[in-house]
Amino acid sequence: MLKAAGKVYRVIGPVVEAEEVSFLRMLDMVEVGHEHLVGEVVRLKDDKAYIQVYEDTTSLKAGDPIYTQGFPLYVELGPGLLGNIYDGIQRPLEILKEKEGFYINRGVHVTALDRKKKWNFKPLKKEGDYLKQGEVIGEVQETFLVKHRIMAPPHVHGKIKWITGEGEYSLEEKIAILAEKDSETEIFMYQKWPVRKPRPYKERISISEPLITGQRVIDTLFPVGKGGCVVIPGGFGTGKTVVQHQIAKWSNADIVIYVGCGERGNEMTDILLNFPKLIDPRTKRPIMERTIFIANTSNMPVAAREASIYTGITLAEYYRDMGYNVALMADSTSRWAEALRELSGRLEEMPMEEGFPAYLPSRLAEFYERAGRIKTLNNDNGSITVIASVSPPGGDFSEPVTSHTKRFIRCFWALDRDLANARHYPSISWIDSYSEYIDDVKDWWHKNVDKEWLSDRYAIMELLQKEQRLLQVVKLVGPDVLPHRQRLILETCTMFKNTFLQQSAFDDIDAYSSSRKQFLMLKSIIKFYEKSDELIKKGINIAEIKEQQIYQDLIRMRFKYSESKEDMDKLAMLPSEVESSLEGLEF
Amino acid sequence: MREYNLREYVGLEEITGPIFIIRNIHNVGYNEIVEIVDDEGKSRLGITLEVGKGFAVVEVLGGTSGLAMKNCKVNFKEKPLLMGVSEEVLGRVFDGLGNPLDGMPRPVYDEMVNVNGLAINPVSRNYPENIIETGISSIDVMNTLVRGQKLPIFSGSGLPHDLLGTQIARQSQVKGENFCVIFVAMGVKYDTARFFQKSFEESGVLERVAIFLSLADSPSTERLLTPRLALTCAEYLAFKKNMHVLVIMTDMSNYCEALREVSTIRGEIPARKGYPGYLYSDLASIYERAGMIKGIKGSITQIPILTMPNDDITHPIPDLTGYITEGQIVLEREMHNRGIYPPIAGLPSLSRLMKDNIGKGLTRDDHSSLSSQLFACYAHVKDVRALASIIGEEELSSLDKLYLKFGEDFEKKFLSQGPMERRTLEDGLDLGWDVISILPAEELVRIREEDLKQRYKKKQ
Repeated sequence: MLKAAGKVYRVIGPVVEAEEVSFLRMLDMVEVGHEHLVGEVVRLKDDKAYIQVYEDTTSLKAGDPIYTQGFPLYVELGPGLLGNIYDGIQRPLEILKEKEGFYINRGVHVTALDRKKKWNFKPLKKEGDYLKQGEVIGEVQETFLVKHRIMAPPHVHGKIKWITGEGEYSLEEKIAILAEKDSETEIFMYQKWPVRKPRPYKERISISEPLITGQRVIDTLFPVGKGGCVVIPGGFGTGKTVVQHQIAKWSNADIVIYVGCGERGNEMTDILLNFPKLIDPRTKRPIMERTIFIANTSNMPVAAREASIYTGITLAEYYRDMGYNVALMADSTSRWAEALRELSGRLEEMPMEEGFPAYLPSRLAEFYERAGRIKTLNNDNGSITVIASVSPPGGDFSEPVTSHTKRFIRCFWALDRDLANARHYPSISWIDSYSEYIDDVKDWWHKNVDKEWLSDRYAIMELLQKEQRLLQVVKLVGPDVLPHRQRLILETCTMFKNTFLQQSAFDDIDAYSSSRKQFLMLKSIIKFYEKSDELIKKGINIAEIKEQQIYQDLIRMRFKYSESKEDMDKLAMLPSEVESSLEGLEF
Repeated sequence: MREYNLREYVGLEEITGPIFIIRNIHNVGYNEIVEIVDDEGKSRLGITLEVGKGFAVVEVLGGTSGLAMKNCKVNFKEKPLLMGVSEEVLGRVFDGLGNPLDGMPRPVYDEMVNVNGLAINPVSRNYPENIIETGISSIDVMNTLVRGQKLPIFSGSGLPHDLLGTQIARQSQVKGENFCVIFVAMGVKYDTARFFQKSFEESGVLERVAIFLSLADSPSTERLLTPRLALTCAEYLAFKKNMHVLVIMTDMSNYCEALREVSTIRGEIPARKGYPGYLYSDLASIYERAGMIKGIKGSITQIPILTMPNDDITHPIPDLTGYITEGQIVLEREMHNRGIYPPIAGLPSLSRLMKDNIGKGLTRDDHSSLSSQLFACYAHVKDVRALASIIGEEELSSLDKLYLKFGEDFEKKFLSQGPMERRTLEDGLDLGWDVISILPAEELVRIREEDLKQRYKKKQ
């Protein structure tokens, strides 16, 4: 259904100006030149259209033909997405590799989903039922973990005139026919959806459950709710990507979509080689079974980088509509914003700060608003949590992308250069970071872990604030002149930073901490502080407290207790052991 | 390499800096080569930056001086810039456009390759592995270099980055049996280029080195091409001939300046400090050509050297580079002034690929915990020094005094080594234990107890 739609008039890098276009619409997908390079209409002016091309435009000439199918840029949604790795416009990279070798050539057209693979479809409706839009008609076991619910596409509804029985079908075979008035619609196991349009849902609902990431500083100090938005800003080398990887590996989301947007090739390779080996601690299944990758590395075409974020969130919405909790990692949104800037510059648009286009904030808002917890058209609850990293130039958080992003998110994990330099990882600053989700998730913690979670969290935050002030004094006069009670605050905070906030991503035991382990570790430290404070008031020296074996135990506790039942039982005793062994000092 | 076709046009419309506009042409492709012959019959190369119906904007690589609007013949080659590649480039010296400078004929080439390169499919990449032992402890122990990595040196003017670059090239070559170096000079002074050439000659590695020189007095546009030519050779040697190629590029700051110059002349909207918005993508198209590919033995390792304008690490050039490369080696002026060589700053330097390639079975069991502990202690040294400068060394606690001693030894014994001195990784690690043993064992919380028992040397 390819129609000729115009001719190339001018080529300016990744942007092509086309002439003799009469019927092209905004955001229509087009194919440019004899090699059929994929592009999208981004501006129409007089009889000219501006097209951003998702592939390298070398050797395009004025007069080359332009074709269109008359659709906007879309993604294919259906079984077979999980475990796959796509580029920014949903071309499967494994297939490209088989076809083209180790370089990515241009003008290669492949379908995102394997049309030939057979899936076992199990109908859940029968002939004569009325199917509303977004309602589930059947299911496919996509991976061991994930039941893929086949839904009527949005805006498609009708009475089921025919539905196939349970059995093996490929994506090319129709599975049902819907009849509505005079028209009939065939239903397949996959559907298409334009990436720039949010998929519909019934209503938004409030966030109530935390996304447990297994990272102590995040879950305990700055939690994010399922359906929330987080931004991780940090200069280069502060560990944004490692934090993203850790969450992709260990979080308790049902589906993880990882968008590598304009980042390093080797980083993607690291993920692609390591993830298949990883086993989810909760389900004991390979985490690849719940993960989709979108990789558009920094040297791949810039326009496809711009699209990759939308491709990612559309896939996320699709799984959300099945009633899953989806976590979308976007690393990094600054590269996406830079792609916007580059394309805007080529279109000769009026720039705002630092050359970014004036519509940057509205694009950011549109993107972050696609996250959230919702009631689906099928009346299930689903959510998308967006965890986006930002790479501020020079580590300056006042630059446009970071400052505008802050307006649209409620949780901020600021990565700190000094912490990273001291190899304190994750280098999330406890001073600059914040989370507005604490009140939303506290009930979950109180119900599932312990009632004292919130008060302990505030207790340690208060100590950290006090430490901050004391450090100002220490800088001037040294720690030795402080009274012992204040030195205890410093000691406790140092312990907390070394054993709790620091977490090694590369240590088998330390990489993941369950919510229970986190709470017990925190409790032990709080107990240590409270008890020592009492002792000091009674005249005991801080050096004596530090000589206790229990102090050494606390310092090394993060490597000592694994998630096994035996270790957790031991850890559960630790807070009371702290109390009892310190009491021994009194006599 | 030279072929002519009959599509020749005469006369230009406008010349500004290194760019000209030509009209009344047809069938010209974007990013293709153009040959321009001036009225004296001298020819130079250009690339189409923008093409449209009946016109093209051309960037002249050889500079536009001496070009006249009339009488100037323009040939459109209808193909992107290709380069002949073969193993014969090793041992040779070329100018910034790939023409031989050593008086010998052009190397016979095996194939012609597009110099712009193609993006490597992320699923085809192999994760960099096998460390490159440079014989420099501050790199091997603290910021390990890995085959297939891109690890830039962030330097400042007047710092010994060139010396360090040659030391790395010279000392790391023994490891790989099929090792070669491609050295790219962009906008550097003749003396610097000569220094590199000389040190390659002296260490007897010249026949394993290909040199591309675009010196400070060559047209700035030439520099935009030089690294691409060199990397095209590197890709051929690594991925077709299974060699381990180390590409040293100096000075990336000059490359970025050239990019800014061309962008400004074209009237593009600038981002930060006048650099174009696509500086990141453009640098990525160079740096991302490092790496390894599944099923192929060879590798490309890049060490780009850049001088930070005014020693400012937040300047767009080091900043964007740092976002693309896998770590950075930062040289520090203060250490240089104190006579420490190599003046590799302890804290801001980082090798991202280190973690997966060191430790048990790869280097030595204690490597990762020792280096992490050294970093942490050295970070504390900086705090102690700041405190000491206020309250005086005498007022410090006894522990902090030990830290000062540790800091001193760490810099003087561990970081320092001679420019011709090759220290093995093993020796470097042992030296690390020597200096860290100044501190009491309780302070070393990042080291596992087994390692501590085995290697900690109690000093009293």
